[in-house]
Amino acid sequence: MAETNRELLTNSILKRNPIALLVLGICSALAVTGQLSTALVMSICLTLVTAFSSLTISIVRFQIPNSVRIGIQITIIATLVILVDEILKAFFFELSKQLSIFVGLIITNCIVMGRAEGFAMSNPPVASFMDGIGNGLGYSLILMLVAFIRELFGSGTLFGVEILQLTTNGGWYIRNGMLVLPASGFFIIATIIWIIRTLDPQQQEKQ
Amino acid sequence: MGHHFDIIIRSIFMENLPLSFFLGMCTFLAISKQVKAAVGLGSAVLVLQIITVPLNNLILNYLLKPGAFAWAGFGDIDLTFLGLLTYIAIIAATVQILEMVLDRFIPTLYNTLGIFLPLLTVNCAILGASLFMVERNYTFTESVAYGIGAGGGFFLAVVALAGIREKLEYANPPPGLRGLGLTFVSAGLMAIAFMGLAGL
Repeated sequence: MAETNRELLTNSILKRNPIALLVLGICSALAVTGQLSTALVMSICLTLVTAFSSLTISIVRFQIPNSVRIGIQITIIATLVILVDEILKAFFFELSKQLSIFVGLIITNCIVMGRAEGFAMSNPPVASFMDGIGNGLGYSLILMLVAFIRELFGSGTLFGVEILQLTTNGGWYIRNGMLVLPASGFFIIATIIWIIRTLDPQQQEKQ
Repeated sequence: MGHHFDIIIRSIFMENLPLSFFLGMCTFLAISKQVKAAVGLGSAVLVLQIITVPLNNLILNYLLKPGAFAWAGFGDIDLTFLGLLTYIAIIAATVQILEMVLDRFIPTLYNTLGIFLPLLTVNCAILGASLFMVERNYTFTESVAYGIGAGGGFFLAVVALAGIREKLEYANPPPGLRGLGLTFVSAGLMAIAFMGLAGL
């Protein structure tokens, strides 16, 4: 089942979307989706970390002793996350304050670990890199979608720019307060899963 | 004392890790099909939080903070950038040691918690609690209280969700929503219910 690099990229975005189909890495997916800007930064960070950790792990995969591989994977991932975190703190301090601990939590994001363990350990570097990017983008797609719905209908803005004029500003749009609550993330993801599983009945769970 | 009690109550109900910060979701959703397994997972998280949060607090205060290394003669070293790597290493080591100790001395407990412990190394709830502890500058005693509260909150949430899911087995939802979809919806409703407690 050898896939070309392009297939690796597109399949992980659509056919094997890590959030919607495999339910990996949803911790952060729900927490940072209140605004598009935080979701975008989080997506970029995660895509970079996944891609480069897959690349690094794949390069050294023959040197890693099997018994301590999880420890080595975590060390590589944690180093990359520290790098991303320091860069954010240096150049985008406001955003890094808003994301608070969630950048650090990329370490324990199941997508990164899952791709490292499930793909990079047994595939060449370039394919692993593409797979990492693909999974990162698949994650970003869902994250941006949820953030788009929550920010547009919850506060009438996109990236902080007012799109639907609120009644409080003399406009016509009454904002949906529930979408500002973290809990709404659960409902939006549930709806996305429902739509995907209705379109693709193979994914449905048996009774 | 009242202040510490406040931290415990707050972290169990108002700042519940899975329901208001969405931490530890993967395990939270995967192992909440039966109450029995959920109790096992919940207790493993509770035990681990009570150990790792205070431990990471000590590490932060005596090794990593700027000037914290003064006791060893290195006055002006700032190692905070190593934080993430250190916390995850501490957590992984604790899991390993706890597993061995339980296996040797309390085999019955090991059999209940055993399969969940290795899973928890990469659980966001465990690392998240340590990171919150750092962000909020808790002292050592406060971090003990926070460990208890954070673990207790996870225990409560996962057992309650498992209780709901056991009953949902008898429901007849649209096929696309069965299983995972419904679990998300019930978790969302629980999160809203927990928010009602914020007025306490």
